[in-house]
Amino acid sequence: MLAIAQPPPEGGLESGCLWLIPVLPLAAAGIGALLGRRQRRIAAGLAIGSMLLALILSCRAFVEVLHRVGQGGVARQSFNFHWLQFGDTWLTLGVVLDPLTAVMLVMVSFVGLLIFIYSVGYMAHDENFARFFCFLSLFASAMLGVVIANSLLLLFICWELVGLTSYLLIGFWYHKPSAAAAAKKAFITTRIGDLAFLLGMVWLYSRAGTLLFYDAGRGCLEWTGLPASTGIALLIFCGAVGKSGQLPLHAWLPDAMEGPTPVSALIHAATMVAAGVFLVARVYPLMGTTSLTVVTWVGALTALFAATVAVAQTDIKRILAYSTVSQLGFMMLGLGVGGVAVGMFHLLTHAFFKALLFLGAGSVIHGCHEEQDIRRMGGLRRWMPVTFATYVAGMLALSGFPLIASGFWSKDEILHAAHAWTVSSWPFYLGLMAAFLTAFYMTRQVVYVFFGKSRLARDPAIKAGQGGALPARPMVERAASEPHESPRVMLVPLMILAVFAVLLGFAGTPAWPWLRAFLEGRPASFAFGPLLEPEALWLMGLSSLVALGGIGLGYWFYGRRPPVRTDEVDALARVQPEVFTLLEKQYFVDEIYQWSVVSFHAWWARLCVQLDEWVWDFVVHLLAYAAVGLSWLNRFLDEYVVNGVFDQGCRGLTRGGAGLSHLQNGRVQRYLRVIALAAAALIWFLLWGWGAA
Amino acid sequence: MPPLPCYLLLAAMLFAIGLAAALTRRNAIIVLIGIELMLNAANLNFIAFWRYGPNPETLRGVLFVIFAIGVAAAEAAVGLALIIALHKHFKTTHVDQVDSMRG
Amino acid sequence: MTFPALTFALLAAVILSAAAAVMMFRNLVHSALVLAVALSGLAALYLQLHAQFVGFAQLLVYVGAVAILIVFAILLTRGNEPSDQVIFSPGRWVGAGIALAVFGVLARVILTSRLLAGSAPPAPAAAVKEIGQRMMERYVLPLEVMGLLLTVALIGAVVLALRERPSG
Repeated sequence: MLAIAQPPPEGGLESGCLWLIPVLPLAAAGIGALLGRRQRRIAAGLAIGSMLLALILSCRAFVEVLHRVGQGGVARQSFNFHWLQFGDTWLTLGVVLDPLTAVMLVMVSFVGLLIFIYSVGYMAHDENFARFFCFLSLFASAMLGVVIANSLLLLFICWELVGLTSYLLIGFWYHKPSAAAAAKKAFITTRIGDLAFLLGMVWLYSRAGTLLFYDAGRGCLEWTGLPASTGIALLIFCGAVGKSGQLPLHAWLPDAMEGPTPVSALIHAATMVAAGVFLVARVYPLMGTTSLTVVTWVGALTALFAATVAVAQTDIKRILAYSTVSQLGFMMLGLGVGGVAVGMFHLLTHAFFKALLFLGAGSVIHGCHEEQDIRRMGGLRRWMPVTFATYVAGMLALSGFPLIASGFWSKDEILHAAHAWTVSSWPFYLGLMAAFLTAFYMTRQVVYVFFGKSRLARDPAIKAGQGGALPARPMVERAASEPHESPRVMLVPLMILAVFAVLLGFAGTPAWPWLRAFLEGRPASFAFGPLLEPEALWLMGLSSLVALGGIGLGYWFYGRRPPVRTDEVDALARVQPEVFTLLEKQYFVDEIYQWSVVSFHAWWARLCVQLDEWVWDFVVHLLAYAAVGLSWLNRFLDEYVVNGVFDQGCRGLTRGGAGLSHLQNGRVQRYLRVIALAAAALIWFLLWGWGAA
Repeated sequence: MPPLPCYLLLAAMLFAIGLAAALTRRNAIIVLIGIELMLNAANLNFIAFWRYGPNPETLRGVLFVIFAIGVAAAEAAVGLALIIALHKHFKTTHVDQVDSMRG
Repeated sequence: MTFPALTFALLAAVILSAAAAVMMFRNLVHSALVLAVALSGLAALYLQLHAQFVGFAQLLVYVGAVAILIVFAILLTRGNEPSDQVIFSPGRWVGAGIALAVFGVLARVILTSRLLAGSAPPAPAAAVKEIGQRMMERYVLPLEVMGLLLTVALIGAVVLALRERPSG
């Protein structure tokens, strides 16, 4: 399969070893699949070890690219190989190492490693521990493959693998029907997007003749003026819409919270959903103004839509899920208005603080003995201080707290670019609205969970079957005691992530636009000039105002008097009950889908069953009866005609023989007479002949 | 000496009589006797041709007849043994009564 | 009429009448004895034809052995046959007719042939010595085969006429 017909790569060792990065976790997954349920330590060790090696190699790759950019050399290196042959043409795959790949590699492997370590503590009581790590490694391998792919085909292959592992991990507790349904929903919804992606890929191949991104000038992204690139770009964007949960294919992401919390953190916050954004960033050269306009509008609408829904949710993970959808909308918005650097910056910062938030939520769930409804939590800052501190750091980052939080800088970049967008200013206002709501609902969540008095139910009978939240997952231990802080193996990743949530922001300030320069392949310079421009200062002030305003409103609604009882009506619901119900029911999107698309599909399936039963079966039966009839005819012919003829023939022979045998009457004298007569006749005949002659 | 055709005619007549005896008599032994007569007629033919033909010094005819007599004797012995066996089995020597091998 | 012609005519008459008698007699033993007469006549004819050895061989073998053998066979196969039975088989006239037809054909051949005219060459030396010489030199194979044949016939005749053993 790896028919390497290309000469060895030019440049550094890293491009040649690049393929090792996804292969190491793949090998860990392969070995892990063969392990039994008891060998937990080996499974975890394999996964973490391979991820650590992948991180080391990724860092090495990053350093190499950094070096190359710093020296002003060519930033991008690709290494292609032939894969399949169709007659004369070869299908080539390849890996590429450029700044975009380098940052993504480091992010994915680092966040992945931290989450793997966290999972050791979180899944410690689960009996399918080894299977979990096997799937996690497989996911990591696929995600790293998506990142380094130089061919749209290879990207698609790894993309599908990512979708598969997402399915496997969402439905990890497959005996829960809601989890199995959620996994199926995720897979099918993303499949719809992937169908469009595949069509776009095929169209691209037919136009460009190659699916390689960069191929010494011949790659499909290296063309200028590729015909029909808008259509192709929009189709590929559909794949991103499905994978990144944009409107209208977002419905699977909230349900995907059925999976274990580390899964939600890794896949549905930091990496897989970011793959859609990464895809758009990767095929950015194909996107013209029309495509980018579509991307921007989809992103902006999604951001606002999801933010409004998140305001009214009661499950701790669901709030974060809708928040993810909203932030992904922000990333798409950023890509559309500002380009690759803007979108990618927010992707990177979001990965860290969203993972932090999810892991923190996991810690909360773990500490509250598998409780997930925020109405039944409260005052946890007393019992879980470390979790509280890191969670607040993440919440501030997400809300965009001025200056110290990374989210502030990345969101500011997006808003800056949206403001400067020439096509329309609506996305800017939508983004502002969404940022405000983000701060608001995060404050609401933090107040519900960490402040006030504890509303945790002590009696298991009251816990079960109350409220509209998702049912709690199978409880392994039911300790009717106080909530407790999580073990150190879970806390240390939280702390590391919190540090990055703060520091990462400084990679993209206007004073030192390092990320933008890096992605464009040139060294960055530090200058306060751009920071102090009036335009920039004004926008920074505006976004700070929005963030602080959101936090303030949240405090005013919820923080002044935190809820006391579990069945207490939400503060917002008291003010606007109908709106709140609409938001709580997620705009009835699932119900609309069920009523329209799903029921149509079921009707279609029933029609097909009827068709199959009455039409195809009829034809098949007809053919079968025809065959049976022919065989009867055959038998009839064989028995009566063929055998008859043959039998008649034999009978004729027998009768002839019987008849002729009457000539023999057993008397010798007659035979003698015949001989004598015959001799006489013969001689007479001869005489006659001689006489005539 | 009488001319050759006389001997030949005599042999022919003897042959015809022997044939008649074989074809018309009921008793198997008479049939055999008829066959012997025919053989003798043939022998006479041979001797006559030997005597009147060219190169009688080669004695071909004589020797032929000697061997013919030998064969005839063997054949008569076997034939009579057959008739005796037949008689033991069928209790009759009439040829028209021994007809079990028929179709 | 010359002496040879006379003897020939006489002998011919004897032979033919004896042969006819063989065909006609009812009594089998009579037939056999008359056969012996016929064969002796033939032997005399051989003598006339200067085939002396053959003639005596004829007498020894045919008359002395075959005819006697026939008599023995007749004696052995006598049953309780009523003597007023028909002696001729059914279809006797057909048989007679066939015999006549054969004679007719043969006679026609003999009488219309042009090759047979001519007188006899001088009598050859057909003594035993010459016959013996021929037999041992040129015709030794037929001689040996004849020996074998006679042996086989002897054994065969004995086996055929053997009393049937009652099978268990």
